[in-house]
Amino acid sequence: MKKLKRRDFFKCSLSGVGGILSSNLISRIPVLSVPETAYALSSTGRLSHVEAKYYKKLEHKEIECQLCPRKCKVGDRERGYCGVRENQKGIYYTLVYGLACSFHTDPIEKKPFFHFYPGSSAFSIATAGCNLNCKFCQNWEISQARPEQTYNIELPPQSVVEYALKENAKSISYTYTEPVIFYEYMLDCAKLGREKGIKSVMVSGGYVEPEPLVELCKNLDAVKIDLKAFTDEFYKDICRGRLQPVLECLKELNRMGIWYEIVYLMVPTLNDDMSSIRKMCQWILANLSPDVPIHFTRFTPMYLLKNLPLTPVSSLEKAREIALETGLKFVYVGNVPGHKAENTFCPKCQQMLIGRYGFTITRMNLQKGKCKFCGEKIPGVWA
Amino acid sequence: MEKEDSLNKSKVVIIRSKKVLGSNNKVNSSELVLMLKKGLVSLTGDPDFRDVVSRFYTPQDVIGMKVNCLAGKGASTHPELAISFASLLKEAGIKEKNIIIWDRANAELEEMGFPLNYSRNGIRCFGTDTDTVGYSRDLYQYLNIGSLLSRIPLYYTSVQVNLPMLKDHSLAGITCSLKNFYGAVNNPNKYHEDGCNPFVADLNALPQIKDQNRLIICDALTVQYRGGPSYLPYWNDGYGGIIISTDPAALDFTGYQVINQLRRKNGSPTLEKSGIFPKYILTAADRNHNLGKASSDEIEIIKVSL
Repeated sequence: MKKLKRRDFFKCSLSGVGGILSSNLISRIPVLSVPETAYALSSTGRLSHVEAKYYKKLEHKEIECQLCPRKCKVGDRERGYCGVRENQKGIYYTLVYGLACSFHTDPIEKKPFFHFYPGSSAFSIATAGCNLNCKFCQNWEISQARPEQTYNIELPPQSVVEYALKENAKSISYTYTEPVIFYEYMLDCAKLGREKGIKSVMVSGGYVEPEPLVELCKNLDAVKIDLKAFTDEFYKDICRGRLQPVLECLKELNRMGIWYEIVYLMVPTLNDDMSSIRKMCQWILANLSPDVPIHFTRFTPMYLLKNLPLTPVSSLEKAREIALETGLKFVYVGNVPGHKAENTFCPKCQQMLIGRYGFTITRMNLQKGKCKFCGEKIPGVWA
Repeated sequence: MEKEDSLNKSKVVIIRSKKVLGSNNKVNSSELVLMLKKGLVSLTGDPDFRDVVSRFYTPQDVIGMKVNCLAGKGASTHPELAISFASLLKEAGIKEKNIIIWDRANAELEEMGFPLNYSRNGIRCFGTDTDTVGYSRDLYQYLNIGSLLSRIPLYYTSVQVNLPMLKDHSLAGITCSLKNFYGAVNNPNKYHEDGCNPFVADLNALPQIKDQNRLIICDALTVQYRGGPSYLPYWNDGYGGIIISTDPAALDFTGYQVINQLRRKNGSPTLEKSGIFPKYILTAADRNHNLGKASSDEIEIIKVSL
């Protein structure tokens, strides 16, 4: 193995075949063994220059982005809210195509997906940027950065698929930041991955316009949506977005029949009101399905909300109780390793079907997508 | 009583010259130097521009000159303005090496014709994206702002002279002195909603920015009065002016009035009629921000022609 230069070491903190490449993260990313292949990767100062797919040209070199509900109007030489799309003389470009600022092989449970090839690996990638600005973002160093502020690795779709194959990953996961903002890159990776037998999953805030969502989902295998709250006020004040487009996204996913799961990060005092959670569960039941898994996950003080405490486990449990009472069948507690509600239970006979500890599968009582004990068919995408 | 009122007002000097722009809007630097000298003494009433400089800066200061180069030629701070003011600072006893012309990106500075200089000799000039500079590791928070700050105002300079370009802005209404500090944070794209209000005011209220503010010399040599912040030649006016103040809110309020005058003169709807009144200027002047004055009653405009 070659010796890393000090500069490279700090620039590219790699864990396995992966790393989060942000100048502000370097001190807290562990550096483990660096495989020989990692030396082929090097940070690039350049940005991509690939025309964006969804936008409309306006007068006077202005454009209107039509990828997400913000519909940013962007003048010449300016960027949209996401910070990764730029108008250059009236043509809108993505600056992050093929430029990963973070990549790692994760267990699929980390996304979290609990009903999608449990125990499998997901080769996970991200670029800089996001179309929201959540005050609790755990990856703000890359999601709230512009691509010139992160260390980017040239990783074209072909390389992404090659790494996924090399890592024996079942899927490619578009995650860590907001994949919608690297739409063209994700779409091409997903198409190529499908040709090679690799699945694709998106971990998203669901802040996307219907037309690009539909095109994208034809090439994806699963989607995880962060439903950040069930009030528009929270979306406006805490995330700088709106609730309704996310609900529309969920309805569209449901209509298309793609597998999806929902995560609800419970932030103490801000979105932990149980009456609101009850309304959300009732909405899911009425508009989506009792089969959609929902994960109530624990908040850790982060980014602009360092003043708040960890979510009490009792709040997560209460929310789970409400969801089950409402009629949702698969309700989980997340970010509490060892909690009973990390496991999947059969909604009919109540036996444990999939045992988990953190991101590790400890027990599997599912056979061909059915409960081993009573034969109940369990919704999901199983091996 | 009248005198007392006058003392409480923020002064804004608008100085114009018909000779400062030549053919193709080429800047006449010697005329610009005269304008600066006259403008500075008009602001304070001092007999000599060197007295004015010494009111705001000491020889121990490292003076940052924050320019705005984002929109490229035609809609960015003219290098002649920065260089001319630097020459006056030098005449007033400030060492060249204690002057740093800066903006967010080297490429943008270079494109505008600013001579990049990272060395310790001469006037320094570089962007935040210089390898050894960059943004802070810590987040700076105030009300709706949460950003990494350029390390230039944090660690390289002790005071600023703000050198914005007066322009129309299709989202904010106008961009001038307050909004120029969007070029000092890592995530300006997050602060353009709702006409950039209250983000512009919140950002300027950060002590790291507010406390360095001494003087603003606004480039109004050419003014993009409509269609900004990009350069569109058919809505660009050879105004031939510079606007000077110590009060960023008052200067921006005056800039907003200038834009409206130019819009009216050229048959364009006012900012209000276009639905882009720059509300953030009023927010900057409110009690929470206290960044200056933003009403005609509280601003004394001194008009000078050369």
